[in-house]
Amino acid sequence: MKQRRKEKRTFNGNTFLLVITIGLFLAMYIAGMVVFSDKGFGKPQMFLNLLISNAGLIVIGCGLTIVMVTGGIDISVGSVIALVCMVMADLMENKGVSPYAAVLAALLIGLAFGVVQGFLISYLNIQPFIVTLAGMFFGRGLTAVVSKEMISIKNGLFQSWAKCRIYMPFGSYSNKGKFHPAYIYPTVVIALVVLILIIVMMKYSKFGRQLYAIGGNQQSALMMGLNVKRTKFLAYVLDGFLAGLGSFLFCLNSLAGFVEQAKGFEMDAISASVIGGTLLTGGVGTPIGTFFGALIKGTISSLITTQGTLSSWWVRIALSVLLCFFIVLQSVFAAMKRKKHS
Amino acid sequence: MNQKILLTMKDISKSFPGVLALQHVQFTLRKGEIHALMGENGAGKSTLIKVLTGVYQLESGEIRMDGAARPIVNHSPQEAQANGISTVYQEVNLCPNLTVAENLFLGREPRRFGMIDWKTMNRKSEALLKSLEIPVAPAAMLEECSLAIQQMIAIARAVDMRCKVLILDEPTSSLDDDEVEKLFALMRKLKAEGVGILFVTHFLEQVYAVCDRITVLRNGGFVGEYETKDLPRVMLVAKMLGKDLDDLAEIKSAHSEHRFEEEKVPVISARQLGHRGTIKPFDLDIRKGEVVGLTGLLGSGRSEMVRVLYGADRPDCGKLMVRGRKAKISKPLDAMKLGMGYLPENRQRDGIIAELSVRENIIIALQAKRGMCRLMSRREMDEAADRYIDLLQIKTAGRETPVKSLSGGNQQKVIIGRWLLTHPDYLILDEPTRGIDIGTKTAIQKLVLSLADQGMAVTFISAEVEEMLRTCSRMLVLRDGRKVGELSGDELNQETVMQTIAGGGEDDG
Amino acid sequence: MAETKPSVWKKITSNRLFLPVVCLLVVLLINVIRTPAFFQISIRNGVLYGYIVDVVNRASELVILAVGMTLVTAASGGQDISVGAVMAVAAAVCCQILSGGKVTTSAFQNPLLLAIVAALAASALCGAFNGFLVARLKIQPMVATLILFTAGRGIAQLVTQGQITYVRVGTYQVIGGYIASCPIPTPIFIAIGTALLVYLVLNKTALGLSIESVGINGSASRLVGLNSTMIQFLTYVLCGLLAGVAGIVASSRIYSADANNIGLNLEMDAILAVALGGNFLGGGKFSLMGSVIGAFTIQALTTTLYAMNVSGDQLPVYKAIAVVIIVTLQSPVFQEFLKARKVRRRRTAEGGSCG
Repeated sequence: MKQRRKEKRTFNGNTFLLVITIGLFLAMYIAGMVVFSDKGFGKPQMFLNLLISNAGLIVIGCGLTIVMVTGGIDISVGSVIALVCMVMADLMENKGVSPYAAVLAALLIGLAFGVVQGFLISYLNIQPFIVTLAGMFFGRGLTAVVSKEMISIKNGLFQSWAKCRIYMPFGSYSNKGKFHPAYIYPTVVIALVVLILIIVMMKYSKFGRQLYAIGGNQQSALMMGLNVKRTKFLAYVLDGFLAGLGSFLFCLNSLAGFVEQAKGFEMDAISASVIGGTLLTGGVGTPIGTFFGALIKGTISSLITTQGTLSSWWVRIALSVLLCFFIVLQSVFAAMKRKKHS
Repeated sequence: MNQKILLTMKDISKSFPGVLALQHVQFTLRKGEIHALMGENGAGKSTLIKVLTGVYQLESGEIRMDGAARPIVNHSPQEAQANGISTVYQEVNLCPNLTVAENLFLGREPRRFGMIDWKTMNRKSEALLKSLEIPVAPAAMLEECSLAIQQMIAIARAVDMRCKVLILDEPTSSLDDDEVEKLFALMRKLKAEGVGILFVTHFLEQVYAVCDRITVLRNGGFVGEYETKDLPRVMLVAKMLGKDLDDLAEIKSAHSEHRFEEEKVPVISARQLGHRGTIKPFDLDIRKGEVVGLTGLLGSGRSEMVRVLYGADRPDCGKLMVRGRKAKISKPLDAMKLGMGYLPENRQRDGIIAELSVRENIIIALQAKRGMCRLMSRREMDEAADRYIDLLQIKTAGRETPVKSLSGGNQQKVIIGRWLLTHPDYLILDEPTRGIDIGTKTAIQKLVLSLADQGMAVTFISAEVEEMLRTCSRMLVLRDGRKVGELSGDELNQETVMQTIAGGGEDDG
Repeated sequence: MAETKPSVWKKITSNRLFLPVVCLLVVLLINVIRTPAFFQISIRNGVLYGYIVDVVNRASELVILAVGMTLVTAASGGQDISVGAVMAVAAAVCCQILSGGKVTTSAFQNPLLLAIVAALAASALCGAFNGFLVARLKIQPMVATLILFTAGRGIAQLVTQGQITYVRVGTYQVIGGYIASCPIPTPIFIAIGTALLVYLVLNKTALGLSIESVGINGSASRLVGLNSTMIQFLTYVLCGLLAGVAGIVASSRIYSADANNIGLNLEMDAILAVALGGNFLGGGKFSLMGSVIGAFTIQALTTTLYAMNVSGDQLPVYKAIAVVIIVTLQSPVFQEFLKARKVRRRRTAEGGSCG
């Protein structure tokens, strides 16, 4: 047989995708700074606002990345947010429960979703999409069962959590020369801590590496002795927990619970993950990529809000276009890889 | 050469509903030996390995390892691994999205303070790879590595897990010559260290290049264990295919040959047609009324050759002429419109459409040929179905029975009926009688002859040489993905065929 | 052993439509128990009135969607969750053209035919988009259709420029209302007509058989000359087109295009209808009749829940539970579990004589 020429390629398609993501974020942000410099886009607070508005997205995005790496998906997260916010609001306003207990309830709801969905997907082998689609409708419907009207959270302690500013050593000068220090909220701290923990977990823990193995080739993982069912189950449980936690952060932002809350949020989370380099087919994806994906989403939002005249629907559309682009890009890369190896 | 005995399997039997997969099979593996396990499809090789590695439970017999006092029973691959038996499969069960080092240590990563110690893992991997002379960096992505390297990494993983018995299941099917050599070098190295290697392959050259002993299975039974140097190739082939060299009795039913010899233009004429990776460029002419057989061992490229003719695989090179006119076949429908039909080798996967009825399975090819808009009337369909149920004696409760509830032989008849309905000029039958009872086998062979009498050109593929000699007027012999010979007339006898299949005058006569 | 002729009972129960019909009857029964006047039909103002009439009328959009969903499921083993959003898109295009861009109009600014054709073209285009992603790029159906599921309503909003466009023209309202002095609501005719048309196309051409073949065994289908990619693509285009029809009907009922609410949550209902109709959600053989029966069952179920004072927002809870139950019952793991139990039961019944 002829000798096959071996091509030395250090080019790794997956790091390439991450580079595109980060580059895209920087490009968008800098473009915003240039175009909207008069509207304050260049101030450090603008960037910190990105983190503030998207703390929940970052946390939930991490959870979604975890299950997507195993080759699954979770489209119930938006409904979980709505349910958690509604339940928290109801508990604190109508049932006089302390905010601490409300937070516990949030985490428990997330866990419950994770356990049930994880069981159906992992042990009964039902497609993740159908299970989490049912979860999505279930959650949203349950939100309406708790209350059909919006409930605002007026609980003092909770509000103080929401409004507590943490000031940064840097800031910006107003036109009059007064120094306004930049600030963030505790939600950002929580989100960043979670992000770092998940990054460490995915890279340095046995569980994390097993997620990648299962996503890469489930059959091989099984033959190499990994407990695939249990790992997948735990992935969904963790994803559910993070959904609950992220919902709590969301609630601190919105200070209310209503039926239509976070509609379509699952799309934001999935987009953040895919744009951040997570492959829909599984096996590839990092929390840091998702972080930048979330920042991209936030930047799009900020750009459109700052522009002022475009309707907010454009955010969804722009995100969907980006998502579509990245999905097609992944598909093209996969086809190229297949050809290379045949 | 009295090496220490590492593994003995004695009197192993295993059956499945309706099938006796293994009967009183034995196998002995010595330390530092490379032992080939050979046999055709259905011989029982994979069942034996699955019994050894714990995927199946044996029904009788025992397995002993390394002179241990008591026989071992493996209930799962993990248990087998714990007993020192590791397997590397053809599909390389590794994770393509992880690095080489990760694949080597997945599930048993070195840790520090509870976290995975990447530095140590990479260092250990480097040492392991170096010791086995595998030229790859620990941090490389597995999917970037060639298949040969991937297989070697799978072997390295097994070695690092202290395996005593290493089973290599068809490791060389997708490798080129250089890569095979690299693999052999690794195997010899392991052999020198005392590992016992069970090498399952169908490539004759490779068996003679690297193996010390050969065990042959046939139809679930043990044929014999031989030292490679004492077993000539032709004898090996004979033992695998079940014919004693001395037995040259032939049954060639009298049927009018050469009826269509006046036809100058072949029905099918292929020139240098090939598909990269599966079949080397070949020339082939098939005339009206001819039954051309393709023979060779499993994996020699027979199915690949016909798939290229039929357009199931797009040819990379060469050209094809049908009835003297240039033909461009890029998909099966093109071939069908030119009058070809194809009964695939894997009935379950590529043949039957399980939940559809017998009637629907029979008419589907003709319907596809006619196109979406010209639906066959119900009466037409019923008539066609009844016709072939009758002609081929298909045993079914009715036309509307889902084809999945028929027996294998009857399913095969349905597929034959499907293609006969399209009245092809050229019919390809890939292993039409595999896994079918004797009565149906003979019926199909007779059918092929009568079709040829009526002017159809047929290509018949089978691993059973005797069957082919009974039906074919010409035979192409393939080996290792290329055509190595064409036999006709007087050459069509057991001995010549066996020898052409075995080939290799260099080693043994 | 001579084969005994199957009894009439066995024949009825093994018919694939048995379970769907039973489900429908059960739901209707519950309705009748709650509302004894459920089956009463009367004519008021020259028009049919009655609970049952309402159910059949409102089920029309769902029937049309279920037909499309059935084909997509059969050919690709996945579901199209964008159908609700595509309804909104079609409604938006139709009304916007009719109103000539204004928020409200009392006369057609453009021909009705143009508006309808444009709306159907738009919805078919959405279907083609989905079909391309699934059939050509081999992306999982639910992921691919997730894009339009989210972006679709946004696109519809853009088309109507953020407003709800009203078309207060009598002729338009006929589509969702009544034709001249016919007492039967038009949507019922449209639904039946569409279902019949699709049925004819599937059964008078080889399309139905091809779809089943492709859904059951893609590689074998290819080897017998079928173009699996094209067939899958076609089913998505058809599904989009049908969603467009449903969207026009829905918009005509409220003589407006409400991008946020038209077709809301209907994708879930459509999937449920297909599943209830006895169709395997993993693809293969299908029954249009089953899905139609399933659609009526869902609608009747919705009516039941409304009667139990469950609000529209809360309905999805029950439907979600129903989907999970059905999919669990269909799952191979569960089937294996049942088979093992049956074998065990039979063994103990036979006294465990087998060695």
